[in-house]
Amino acid sequence: MTMLFLLYIRYQSGKNSRITYVLAGKCSAGISLIIGRMSRKEFFAGARAELPLLLGVAPFGMIYGVLALKAGLPVSMAQAMSLVLFAGSAQFMAVQLLQNGTPLVVVVLTAFVVNLRHSLYSASVAPYVSHLPRGWKTLLAYLLTDEAYAVAISHYSEETPLEHKHWYYLGAGFTLWACWQLSTAMGIFLGVQVPSSWSLDFALALTFIALVVPVLEDKATASAALLAGAVSVFAFGLPYKLGLLLAALVGIGAGMLGEMVWRRSG
Amino acid sequence: MAALWLTILTAGLLTFLTRLSFIALFGRWQPPDWLRQALRFVPPAVLSAIIFPEVLMRDGALAVQADNFRLVAALVAALVAWRTRNVFLTIGSGMAVLYLLQWLR
Repeated sequence: MTMLFLLYIRYQSGKNSRITYVLAGKCSAGISLIIGRMSRKEFFAGARAELPLLLGVAPFGMIYGVLALKAGLPVSMAQAMSLVLFAGSAQFMAVQLLQNGTPLVVVVLTAFVVNLRHSLYSASVAPYVSHLPRGWKTLLAYLLTDEAYAVAISHYSEETPLEHKHWYYLGAGFTLWACWQLSTAMGIFLGVQVPSSWSLDFALALTFIALVVPVLEDKATASAALLAGAVSVFAFGLPYKLGLLLAALVGIGAGMLGEMVWRRSG
Repeated sequence: MAALWLTILTAGLLTFLTRLSFIALFGRWQPPDWLRQALRFVPPAVLSAIIFPEVLMRDGALAVQADNFRLVAALVAALVAWRTRNVFLTIGSGMAVLYLLQWLR
């Protein structure tokens, strides 16, 4: 546990701090006694490969922390969501839906649907982790986010021996995890300082715009977005906010149909 | 409050099980192609389904008009998101437009 904490410090405080280097040195020595040099090397290589992605993740973590608090969530719950759910988009959506008074079952269903894409990552890394014991699989599954997957799978697909690569995955996943927890905490801290007169509820909608624009990469994804949006407006009056799930289904169907049509026509 | 905690725990458990699914099932079942295709459209569909009512509606009724400041601000933010891909600039520009319009009125 102490070692994990020291690792955590090392990644949060930047490479140039002498103190953290001393700490990291001690902890590396400790780790190498227990887990061997190759594993340690892989762990730190994975952590290093994850660092550039943190630039994109940390702002979202902070914004999430601020907005969760402004939406009325208690501090403990805002942070717990980052620990338990550990999924950016789903956390933002849960905050928005809770703020709108959406029935809790619909909140859970929406988070589930949004996170379904992780099953594809799961299928993709499955062959590489099939030899590991159950505890490792459980840990790596918990850490399987978009950003950790991206880094781990590129290492797995290199044609080098598989033996220590799960340490690389762990290094990447743990680094992202630590960044997400810490940036959430910073956001919560900032959120406490923000005066309650600032109406920040619209910032959530703007965050979704920042999330959706980059995924509109072709006609099929654009039609999925447009149709889902339109259905969501016209089905707004449905009970239990079921319009949201209906809209998502219609949008997904429209995207698949669009892809079939446009692919055939070249 | 207890219901909220239960919501978070259930959503978290479902997310974890999703992530564990094929790792645990390896060799027994692979995701079919239609599922792979469908999941590509989940983020744009769900995100838009949340955004559209937030900006196009007011008090439960359609409000596509110039005095719907949220709509104007959202359009500016979408343009900024498209050009910059920067989350801070997107939120900053949208909030700035909203506050400016409210102040001008």
